Amino acid sequence: MAQKTYAGVNVDVNEEGYFTNPSQWTKDMAVEIAKEEGIVLTAQHYAIMEFLRNRYTSGDPLSIRSINHSGVIDVKTFYQLFPGAPLKKATKIAGIPKPASCV
Amino acid sequence: MEQKFPIKKVSLICAKGAIEDVYASLIMANGAVMEGIETNLFFTFFGMDAIIKTRMDKLHTSVVGNPAMRLPGGMRMPSLLGILPGMESLGSIMMKNEMNKLDIPPVSEFLDLITAGGGKIYACKTAVDMFKLKREDMSEHVSGILTIGEFYEHAGGEGAQIIFT
Repeated sequence: MAQKTYAGVNVDVNEEGYFTNPSQWTKDMAVEIAKEEGIVLTAQHYAIMEFLRNRYTSGDPLSIRSINHSGVIDVKTFYQLFPGAPLKKATKIAGIPKPASCV
Repeated sequence: MEQKFPIKKVSLICAKGAIEDVYASLIMANGAVMEGIETNLFFTFFGMDAIIKTRMDKLHTSVVGNPAMRLPGGMRMPSLLGILPGMESLGSIMMKNEMNKLDIPPVSEFLDLITAGGGKIYACKTAVDMFKLKREDMSEHVSGILTIGEFYEHAGGEGAQIIFT
C-alpha cells in the first residue's frame, strides 16, 4: 500500500491517492490535498466535506443527487467549489474512498 | 512515453422513449458531466418524451416484445402476460422503484443535475416539427432546438465522441 505525507503525517492511500483509512484524515491535511487539486478551501468546502464524510461513515452511497439533499449546498455550487470532477475531488480531499456509484 | 487520448467531450443522442432508453442516455450524460467531460445531450423522435414537461416523469418500459423482461424472482415474462391491462404500468413502477433505491433520480431531477454541472440539453428540429411541439411544452433546461447540421457543429472538437444510445 502506498503512503503519502500530509501535514507532516504519513497516511495510507491507494494508487489514485484516495485515503484507505479515513480516520487518519485531518482538516490540516485537507488543505494540502486541496492544493494538489488546485483548490483553496473555504467554509463551504468544509461543510460539504463533513456531509460526505458523515454519509460515508453511516454507509450511505455517495451520489451527486445526495448533494442536492444535503441541505448544505446545491449541485451547481458543488460543481463550482470542486471544478471538473466534483465528487471525485471532494471525496479525495475529504479523505474518504472514491465513490463507487454511477450517479 | 505512453500517449493518452482522454475523452474531452461527448454528444449523446436519445431517440427512444422507453425508461431504459432514456436512462441509458441520462446516466451516461450525467456520468460524463461528473467526470468533467463537456456534455451535449440531444433528444429526437420518441426520446423527446424525456424533455416534454408533462411526460418526462411518466415514462414506461415495454413489457411486450421485450425478450429480456423478467418477473420478480427472475423467471422470463411470457409476452402474452404483457398484454394484460396494467402490466406495463406495473412493470414501469417496479423499475422506477428499483432505480430510486440506487439514488437514480426521476427524469426531471436528472436534467437538473446534468445542467447544474454544465451539461447542455438540445431538442431535434425535425422531431419538434413532426410532433408539432412548442418551446413551452419542453423543459426549461433545453438550451436550443437544433438541426442535425447544428448538432454536428456542437459535437466537434478534439477528443470528442458521438454516442447513439
